[in-house]
Amino acid sequence: MLEGLWLIPILPLAGFLVLAVAGSSLSQRAVAMIGAGSVGVSAALASVLALSFIVSPPLGRAYSQTLWTWLEVAGLKPEIAFYLDPLALIMVAVVTVVGFLIHLYALEYMRGDEGYSRFFAYMNLFIASMLILVLADNLLLLYLGWEGVGLCSYLLIGFWYRDPANGYAARKAFIVTRVGDVALIIGIFFLYTHLGNIQIQELLRLAVQEWPAGSSMATVAALLLLGGAVGKSAQLPLQTWLPDAMAGPTPVSALIHAATMVTAGVYLIARMNPLFSLAPAAQLAVAGIGAATLLLAGCSALVQRDLKRVLAYSTISQIGYMFLALGTGAWTAAIFHFLAHAFFKALLFLCAGAVMLSLHHERDIFKMGGLRKQLPLVFWAFLIGAASLSAVPYVTGGFYSKEAILLEVWQSPLGGPWLWTAAMVGTFLTSLYAFRMVFLVFFGPVKEKASAKPSPYIAWPLIILAVLALGCGFLATPGIEGGPSLFKRFLAAALPTQNAGFHGEVLPLIIASLFSLGGILTAYLFFLRIPRVGDSLARNPAGSILNRLWFAGWGFDSLYNFVFVRPVLWFALANSKDFTDLFFRGIERASAWSHVALSGTQSGKVRWYAAVLAFGTVVMVALAVFL
Amino acid sequence: MNAASGQFGLLLAAVLFCLGMVGVLVRRNVIFILLSIEIMLNAAGLAFVTAGALWRQPDGQVMFIFILAMAAAEVSLGLAIVVRLFYRFKTVDVDAAARMRG
Repeated sequence: MLEGLWLIPILPLAGFLVLAVAGSSLSQRAVAMIGAGSVGVSAALASVLALSFIVSPPLGRAYSQTLWTWLEVAGLKPEIAFYLDPLALIMVAVVTVVGFLIHLYALEYMRGDEGYSRFFAYMNLFIASMLILVLADNLLLLYLGWEGVGLCSYLLIGFWYRDPANGYAARKAFIVTRVGDVALIIGIFFLYTHLGNIQIQELLRLAVQEWPAGSSMATVAALLLLGGAVGKSAQLPLQTWLPDAMAGPTPVSALIHAATMVTAGVYLIARMNPLFSLAPAAQLAVAGIGAATLLLAGCSALVQRDLKRVLAYSTISQIGYMFLALGTGAWTAAIFHFLAHAFFKALLFLCAGAVMLSLHHERDIFKMGGLRKQLPLVFWAFLIGAASLSAVPYVTGGFYSKEAILLEVWQSPLGGPWLWTAAMVGTFLTSLYAFRMVFLVFFGPVKEKASAKPSPYIAWPLIILAVLALGCGFLATPGIEGGPSLFKRFLAAALPTQNAGFHGEVLPLIIASLFSLGGILTAYLFFLRIPRVGDSLARNPAGSILNRLWFAGWGFDSLYNFVFVRPVLWFALANSKDFTDLFFRGIERASAWSHVALSGTQSGKVRWYAAVLAFGTVVMVALAVFL
Repeated sequence: MNAASGQFGLLLAAVLFCLGMVGVLVRRNVIFILLSIEIMLNAAGLAFVTAGALWRQPDGQVMFIFILAMAAAEVSLGLAIVVRLFYRFKTVDVDAAARMRG
């Protein structure tokens, strides 16, 4: 059964090729069939594959399939080969299943758009690239997928290219992530030069063998990989592109900028976990970046007015949780949070899209209100998503995943009270901004009438994702005999576990629940019950400064503008005549001048020519005689 | 042939050559220019013959035969050009033909 693995990435790729070549001549119906169909078949295959993987796991709980040798130069021999282990399987399942649901949704959302076939071509290419990224057996193939998803992200953010702002956002996303990508490729070069291999499993084995724990080599390599992860996953200090990336169509935000691509960094670190285990300093950096990002982005999410920007900051913040988990060695907790996050954040984005569709693309949450009665399905779906995001105890998947992270941060030798406190404050912030959205958009007075009810194409993905967002918590249940959870045992072959899991520490659990519920209560008081208090807080001097600072995402954009963008633009302007061309322009100038001078000698006077000839001869003879 | 008369022959050739060249440069009449060129060729021929006599080699005289043949060819071409020039400009002044276009 596992032999069909190669079909999973190939199908969306074929879909992309068909749509790219013939898309403009196909009817919208045919485009829909190909675009969503290829991913649908891929998702079905992935489900069958996952089932067979679980029922009869292959030897060593990993299956690898070599298709062909990519190239072979001086000992470098990357292969087009896929490696399927529990970690990759979870990624593949999420990418294809969530991807398929979002494709279904996009069928309706993008209906009538002039770039319909272009949209699905890009989306299919994205799914194919993402699958290559997670299935890659060596780092070079992984990098191919890594760049592929970056390209699709760029193309889809700037999908409505007629608006220059969208093009700007697309370029910003591409360039900022590029900073991280450069670090990643240098990291790959570094690993190859020092270990002589790029096949991931072999490489990790060699690293553990050759480098002692805490060695500077391992630290440098891990930090370089972290640079790539930070760029792709929009973590501090490269987080600025993600809020602007919301310029793309909403299904794109749901698929690329919430559920899958932005978690590629998490996957990379989890995949390379033995290397990070060798470098405690790099791991501390991962945890520190995660904790700082989750707090900063959480604060920014609190004050945004644009519904999608709130969700974007929330995504940054949730990926911060995943980084925090990775940094404290809670590998499975990070992947579990990725899984839950993919479901509930895609759900939230799709709900936001449905809200915007029915409100004529209104994005300002202060102009929305009272949609609870008008769009009951979207309301319930959004409520489930927000509850899962805020980790409402016992009923949501988000609770179990976040709980696992908090617990491991508390217990882990790499964690500690500071990181745990940051995560706790983050929990409070999360439920505060999540329910701020819920109360502002769906409760209160009706400000604008919703135009249309969502169609089945929009409704079904919402329902399925809502069920998944609530239901994925069951994976955290301990087995019948107690011990580690289902999810942890499933991932045990791919990711090490540092402790057995739940030991009956009820107190941190209760504290976390209180923080989460406290956030919801605060949101209820501030944004629904007595909005005056919130307003007066935002209006006093300190509050308004903080408000503006958070609204601008802590001013990172202005800082980077000042430090990087402006000097580069200034230099480009100053050098608009390009000083490296001076030499060549000098040659041009000299030849033009000598042309004028020499053409003056062509007078047409025979006697003048004869005189010059005679003079020249005399000079030549004189030279021959005297030199 | 002794060295002194050889020197004299070469000196004569040089003087003739310079006279011819001055003629080419200063005369505007194309017939006189052709004549001056003829003088320069003969000066060169004289130099060859003198040098051949000095070194007792026949090569100098061989070269002179060549120069004679070449001079004859040159004159026939030159005179043809002079005739065309005269038809065109109604003058034998070379500077009248300085315009290169048309």
